[in-house]
Amino acid sequence: MNAMALVHKARIQFFCPYSMNPNITQRPARYAATAMALHWGLGLAIVAMLGMGWYMTGLPFSPQRLKLYNWHKWAGMAVLALSVLRMAWRLIKKPPALPADMQSAMPRWQQWLHHGAHHLMYALFFIVPLLGWAYSSAAGFPIVFLGLVQLPDFVPVSPALADALKPWHGLAAYALAVLVLLHVAAALKHHFIDRDGLMARMLPGRG
Amino acid sequence: MTPRPFYRHIALTLASVACLAGTPALAQQKLIAESSEIAFVSRQMGVPVEGRFKKFDAQVAFDPARPATSKVAFTVDTGSATLGVRETDAELPKAVWFNVPKFPQATFASSAIKAVGAGQYEVAGKLGIKGMTQDVVVPVTLTQTGATTTAAGSFVIKRLAFKIGENEWADTSMVADEVQVKFKLVLAGVSKL
Repeated sequence: MNAMALVHKARIQFFCPYSMNPNITQRPARYAATAMALHWGLGLAIVAMLGMGWYMTGLPFSPQRLKLYNWHKWAGMAVLALSVLRMAWRLIKKPPALPADMQSAMPRWQQWLHHGAHHLMYALFFIVPLLGWAYSSAAGFPIVFLGLVQLPDFVPVSPALADALKPWHGLAAYALAVLVLLHVAAALKHHFIDRDGLMARMLPGRG
Repeated sequence: MTPRPFYRHIALTLASVACLAGTPALAQQKLIAESSEIAFVSRQMGVPVEGRFKKFDAQVAFDPARPATSKVAFTVDTGSATLGVRETDAELPKAVWFNVPKFPQATFASSAIKAVGAGQYEVAGKLGIKGMTQDVVVPVTLTQTGATTTAAGSFVIKRLAFKIGENEWADTSMVADEVQVKFKLVLAGVSKL
């Protein structure tokens, strides 16, 4: 096989792996464009937020740190708002079901992990920013979105409450980070090992 | 016949004694620190952050009938400033902020007090923080309940005029220049308004 043919084969293998798997006869239906946009957009935003949070908490007390903390809070509120939209979309338009043969190809524990991980991620999409918002409020720093719109405090200003809440925003963020890694690893596993075309569901394309 | 200056002398002495008898006991006016408060609100990238001074004292000689001759002064321990956040509080005494070791006290001394309405006064004076002095005019509202008089009001200062927040912290987009100072001073011994 010449170089061009090899590249062509590699492309097909990457983009249409299900055609390489004789056990998979159905093409998995794709997610709607809105769901895809929310998934990738929020996915990138959340990964960026996790990195930002991890970096900024290591900085010394400085105007730079103050700036990053505030940007992190603004971005967090934006992510929270978009997560509400995402949740609403998810409830209004159910995602495509896994094809029957793919479902049967997955052992029970894997199906349990599949659903459980996604539900837990959805829960954390809300828990993480809400904990951050609460901690900021309790510590006496209300969130002023973009430095213009002051958001309400839904907890009282209390040093005791701030101390109690402090570790939980970070812990929940770490939990979400672990799930993100698990999610990415699982997606890649389905794509490169199972070759069942699962990832294609979340990628725009023909058919 | 006795010389005229002698009668004048007697008359003046009698007049002074009469004045003293009519003067309220100004020396007994004092601040009830436990009920009083001196707070400040700064804005960090739009976020209002409130702090207060835990230790301060006032020397008051205020006569509501004669505001023009009255005097008010107070001293504030800059090291007692707190924003309620441990980490930030540890920064406040440093040289770029209050520089507490070098300037342990902030002071205010009135130069003129003027009545501008029922219970409303304007106190002009000099505010000294971190070695810098600024003229300020503070609107004060006095209210009396029983034996105590509460003097309350607020005014805005520009922190950079006092070099509070130097070098990298002089950036007013990070911490605004305008800082609102709010106070509520409970006093004993002030005569009826």
